[in-house]
Amino acid sequence: MSGALLSVENAVVDLPTPRGNLRAVDHVDLEVGAGKTLGIVGESGCGKTMLSRAILQLLPKKAKLSGRVMFDGQDLTRLSAEKLRKLRGRSLAVVFQDPMTSLNPVLTIGTQLIETIVEHLELDLAQARQRSVELLAAVGIPAPEQRLTQYPHQLSGGMRQRVAIAVALSCEPQLLIADEPTTALDVTIQAQILDLLAREQQRRHMAMIIITHDLGVVAGRTDEVAVMYAGRVVERAPTPALFKQMRMPYTEALLAALPKLDVPPHTPLPAISGRPPDPTRPLKGCSFSPRCRYSAGRCSTEKPRLSPAETLEHLYACFHPIAAGGGA
Amino acid sequence: MLFFVARRLLYLVPVLIAVSVLTFVIASLLPGDLAYVILGDQATPENVAALRHDLGLDQPIWLRYLGWLWHILQGDFGRSFRTGQTVLQAVSERVPISFELMILAELIGLAIGVPLAIACAAKAGSAFDRFMTGSAFAMLSVPTFLSAILLIYLFAVELRLLPATGYVPFTEDPLANLRFMVLPALTLGLAEWPGIMRVLRSDMIAALQEDYIALAKAKGLKPSRILFVHALKPSSLTLVTITGINIGRLIGGAVIVESIFALPGIGRLLVGAIYTRDLIILQGVVLLVAAGFVIMNFIVDMLYALLDPRIRHGHA
Repeated sequence: MSGALLSVENAVVDLPTPRGNLRAVDHVDLEVGAGKTLGIVGESGCGKTMLSRAILQLLPKKAKLSGRVMFDGQDLTRLSAEKLRKLRGRSLAVVFQDPMTSLNPVLTIGTQLIETIVEHLELDLAQARQRSVELLAAVGIPAPEQRLTQYPHQLSGGMRQRVAIAVALSCEPQLLIADEPTTALDVTIQAQILDLLAREQQRRHMAMIIITHDLGVVAGRTDEVAVMYAGRVVERAPTPALFKQMRMPYTEALLAALPKLDVPPHTPLPAISGRPPDPTRPLKGCSFSPRCRYSAGRCSTEKPRLSPAETLEHLYACFHPIAAGGGA
Repeated sequence: MLFFVARRLLYLVPVLIAVSVLTFVIASLLPGDLAYVILGDQATPENVAALRHDLGLDQPIWLRYLGWLWHILQGDFGRSFRTGQTVLQAVSERVPISFELMILAELIGLAIGVPLAIACAAKAGSAFDRFMTGSAFAMLSVPTFLSAILLIYLFAVELRLLPATGYVPFTEDPLANLRFMVLPALTLGLAEWPGIMRVLRSDMIAALQEDYIALAKAKGLKPSRILFVHALKPSSLTLVTITGINIGRLIGGAVIVESIFALPGIGRLLVGAIYTRDLIILQGVVLLVAAGFVIMNFIVDMLYALLDPRIRHGHA
């Protein structure tokens, strides 16, 4: 896919820790086409947030990134700080997980919106203010005029996340990265925020990456899904294909761990037993093998490669994939 | 906001009462009978008893306290039995000197400390940062009498640029006044900047780790705006505290510095009152200084609310 808006090629993120090197992202390849939506799914610590920070070039100072991050024809890893700054907020926007901490507590909502707009667009203060009001209205905030002079603590969590989304949308970015945008919110608000993101994505024809630990979030809202485990992409497929037939046992276990409405009350959730491997002590074989019920033979001695099987779009890294049309 | 101010003002009342009690009790605990001090060694016991009765010293301490407080509430802080000057006269003569010294010292401290703190936080862990943090630590352990002597030696003795001691009122000759003030203010300022710098530096380093700084970067803001607006503003709270405490402390005059440079400020007044056992002056000055300190803290609280909207709206 050479026409992709964003393509991550062979990305590796290493973090030095007192206990040794931690490989947070391990040879990841991803593409997102213009106007398309990609979901990145995995449990806590699987490297999905580090991957998003690597795309934005916002990794911690100590972290080392290798590989390429091609965005709109430019390699972000080689861009000067000034060129990168002009791209961020303008073409490449982000919504963080926790709206309680991602807005500056001592600046008004208006300041935080307007500063982004005047930084990137050729607008004067009055025009930027007008645009801010329109943006707040577009993300479903009532009485947007008054909100401009309010501070983040005067708004609820859901409202703050709407503000964060308005900030992200303020310069009509080509790509929006939403890093667990609903994890910190009440369940009742989650669907509203996800629908808002989907609606704005369609309306603005921008590409979007949704990062989540919840397969249910990506199910109806993405074009493609990448499942990450222990820093690697272990399965990647167009969303309908993935949900029709998941091949990687980890994906299956992740889906099984979601609560469902059609099971009797008090049925125990099939949680994935064990914990992800210590990222500072990488396993020789498949990272999921200690927790996998299909694990056998070379699973613990050799790393399976992410490769296509029946169709070119559906990739997975497994020696014993779940057979098509049923369990293994 | 008005309600907030009124509530804070109300808090001041019990604090000021406690301050007055402590001042009175401590002054009364000092050894030596006031009557003996006034009458001298040759006094007869009858004279002493008569004076004690006149001064009310034969009454129980709580009665004396209430009497003292009653006079103070009417604006009468007492009169020195040595010079005949009232406490208010003595203080109002000297306050401008200590006040000027305090303002200049704090300005010097901030002018050195704040830019250094921002520069260090922006390059935390660099050689520059480590050098400045070390220097601040070294400066923190230099006592003011030492830096005062070094500054006098350098600027007054060797370079002959500035006078070593003395004072001219600002209203008489502003330029001469400033020339006399430079060295004492610099001495105090050199003691102030390390504290300011260390506190602001660590606050800014903490702020720079926050999510909202990551978002500010992701918004493509200029590094200067991130540093001076997004990181400095939330970090300035403790700066206000430390400046307020410094100013509060210096309201009482800088005893050592005023003595070395022969500045007739509040500090010298206090020292003189102690030497001459002038208890009335001592009590009055300590009370006024303590009240000034409390009021300074009140102003700091108000500044907090101005800087942090969460406090203003009663969330924190």
